[in-house]
Amino acid sequence: MTKINKVDTSKARANCFHCGETCTEEIIHLEDKDFCCTGCKLVYEVLNENDLCNYYDLADSPGTNQKNSKSKDNRFDYLDDADIIRKLIDFQNQEETHITFTIPLIHCASCIWLLENLHKLHSGIISGRVDFIKKKVQVKFNQDQINLKEVVKLLSKIGYEPTLNLSDIDKKSDQVTDRKLIYKLALAGFCFGNMMLFSLPEYFAEAELLGEEFKKTFNYLNVMLALPVFFYAATDYYKSAWLSIKNKAINMDVPIALGIITLFFYSLYDIFLLGNEGYMDTLGGLLFFLLIGKFYQQKTFDTLSFDRDYKSYFPVAVTKLVREEEIVIPLIKLHVGDIIKVRNEELIPSDSILLEGEAYIDYSFVTGEEVPVAKKRGELIYAGGRQKGNALVLAVQKSPSQGYLTDLWNNDVFEKDRTDSLESLANKISGKFTFTVLLIAFSALAFWAYQGQVSLGVLTFTSVLIITCPCALAMSTPFTLGNTLRVFGQGKFYLKNSNTIEKMAKIDTVIFDKTGTLTSTQNASVEYVGEKLSLETKAIIKGMVSQSTHALSNRINAWLDGIQAVKIDAIREVAGQGLTCFYKNQEIKLGSASFVGAEESVRSFGGNVVFYAVEDVVFGYFFIQSGLRNGIREVVSKIQEENKVHFLSGDQDHERANLKDVFGDGVNMNFNQGPSDKLAYINKLNSKGANTLMIGDGLNDAGALRESQVGIAVTDKVTNFSPASDAIMDASVMEKLPAFMAFTKSSRNIIKASFGLSFTYNAVGVFFAVQGLVSPVFCAILMPISSISVVLFTTFTTNYLAYKRGLKDKIW
Amino acid sequence: MEVIFILIAISLVLAGSFLFLFFRAVKGGQFDDNHTPAIRILFENKTVTKDKKVPSTKSK
Repeated sequence: MTKINKVDTSKARANCFHCGETCTEEIIHLEDKDFCCTGCKLVYEVLNENDLCNYYDLADSPGTNQKNSKSKDNRFDYLDDADIIRKLIDFQNQEETHITFTIPLIHCASCIWLLENLHKLHSGIISGRVDFIKKKVQVKFNQDQINLKEVVKLLSKIGYEPTLNLSDIDKKSDQVTDRKLIYKLALAGFCFGNMMLFSLPEYFAEAELLGEEFKKTFNYLNVMLALPVFFYAATDYYKSAWLSIKNKAINMDVPIALGIITLFFYSLYDIFLLGNEGYMDTLGGLLFFLLIGKFYQQKTFDTLSFDRDYKSYFPVAVTKLVREEEIVIPLIKLHVGDIIKVRNEELIPSDSILLEGEAYIDYSFVTGEEVPVAKKRGELIYAGGRQKGNALVLAVQKSPSQGYLTDLWNNDVFEKDRTDSLESLANKISGKFTFTVLLIAFSALAFWAYQGQVSLGVLTFTSVLIITCPCALAMSTPFTLGNTLRVFGQGKFYLKNSNTIEKMAKIDTVIFDKTGTLTSTQNASVEYVGEKLSLETKAIIKGMVSQSTHALSNRINAWLDGIQAVKIDAIREVAGQGLTCFYKNQEIKLGSASFVGAEESVRSFGGNVVFYAVEDVVFGYFFIQSGLRNGIREVVSKIQEENKVHFLSGDQDHERANLKDVFGDGVNMNFNQGPSDKLAYINKLNSKGANTLMIGDGLNDAGALRESQVGIAVTDKVTNFSPASDAIMDASVMEKLPAFMAFTKSSRNIIKASFGLSFTYNAVGVFFAVQGLVSPVFCAILMPISSISVVLFTTFTTNYLAYKRGLKDKIW
Repeated sequence: MEVIFILIAISLVLAGSFLFLFFRAVKGGQFDDNHTPAIRILFENKTVTKDKKVPSTKSK
């Protein structure tokens, strides 16, 4: 063999005008622009025709690669179904229809611009409105001129295909975002601000000059402003306190509600009967600060969804075969016994038996294993896999919600709302706190009554209740947890809510899923066994694998990094088998044993084998194993210092020895675990009293993630699909897991320390209160100081500790 | 000094109407998306579309 026909490197460097990727295979020229594929060119043409090329000016190469875009015409046929349309749309009247699509591909200013100029592409579209953070676009269109199907087709034509999932169909009355807290906060702030203004004269001796008239008016105004605070802004606290008393427990809100009610009624008594100034401004401030704390704790990550089940992954519709005829039906109407057709890149909607076609199923979302599995005719295919290759004909064996995987969601675990069995630190303390406060208050009352000064006794009694209002106490928890939530979020570890932090601090058992969690497809180890590969052979192999999107091809391609690929025409990919091409009149094959005609049993476990053969002579094979994630060994051994570690894997246990070498004997390993087995395993640990933390990635871990006290879903891209969990972690920060876990314990200590701080304030307050020395001015000064200092203390310590532990780059 | 009563009334009404406007804005969804409007405002409303660096003549 002589010279290799190299691809013209100058051309290969050309970047696609649309998507910006390097044009590797072919370059399509149009005008003076280069495109990497016809898909990208097509999008450009559509935009050019409609004068929308502004798209390309707003950001560099804003498009997304169209190479893998699927071109099937009847793909959206289910959108003709009136039932489905009705469920998808937000609003419809005589003239227009409104619908909100989720388009994960929205990523830059150009995307927003184009999607908001949809009306220029079709006169039937009235407008488009993008929510960049949520990656949603609301489209309003005239249903007489364009129907829903055409809108979706148009979107996918310009490269923004919306994701339509089963969960879109049965969305529950849509999330009415809870704005009540904002209203309450605004109202409390408004009233507090005005009350402070009216109370200000009280704090200065000069106010006496204003005369009685003013003083009275100001007091009445304060009462007026306190009404909405007492009757609206504080309602959450009464409800929560009442609920906890009904359950014969005392949570943080009981002393708060007690304080609020005492403040309000004593102030009314003070103002109307005694003609004094009351404590209404203190009440307003108390509510304002408390609600700020509550608001601060409610950090939500809008782009992430923590409640996904299989429905947000399954398609809306399937192609059903009725007497050789294809009709598209909604998935909810699929029944056992139906014959369905599943095309390339489509999802297997239910457990079915393969009737026709070569199944080659990618279960990466289910198990985390990226390499597709080949299935033979007559075999049962579990729902959740994605077909790679030609169309399949399947006979449905179980309805979509009853399959091997989806049956998991019929488990009781998903039925009941998880009640937090773990008592939060604040609630634990507040019981004792309330008891102590009442004890002090009654002792003071008894003491002064014994001295014969009953009215002073009543005053001290209420003073104690007012001054010990647990404002600072109540704020230390939300601010510490809110800050921790933010620190974790910056570190790409997203928690569903702040309760998770307290639960994480108590974890003593950590369970890992193996595939996709401990291992990573990016760390695949490729080993070549056989006759030495010459540079030319490597170039040929690289040329072949670079044209295939198969997971194993990608890995070999990565292994051949730095090799200049040979340009080979007519590479044929046999789905599930391998690649074949002719190079210099020699047939070259890469693929499975049966494909190249090799002996099957070379090394059939623990990884995948790809044979390399020329003219049916096997020269060698690639042995590809998904490797362990970087630093995972350190992570596990660090976690092991304080916790018990278990592994759960759906694989056969041939890797036991392998894993034992790496992780040692301390790890409890379990293999052959199906989705329900994993759930049962966690359940068993829980019932033994363990506090479990499950880390998984696929849909098959969903049950275990739910059953464990804290479930963490690991994902390579946080906006991608991840099963329902308490937290979502970017796979790149896996190695920080022990640090995160340690930090939750520090958060608990910070809360304890700030409790100490607020107890000091309370002690000072009570010291004066029992002597009957509390005045409104005293309250108005002590109360904000204690709250603000607690907020500053928790915020600073949390951020400083996070910085010191390396969870944050800078303190602020 | 009695003018203060009128001033108080005015200030309360004024502040109250701001509060009302804020409630309306929240209800109308004005604070639902804090990011996109910041980008959107930078788009130019181009009337002439063919003034780009890359002249796109429609010949192939």
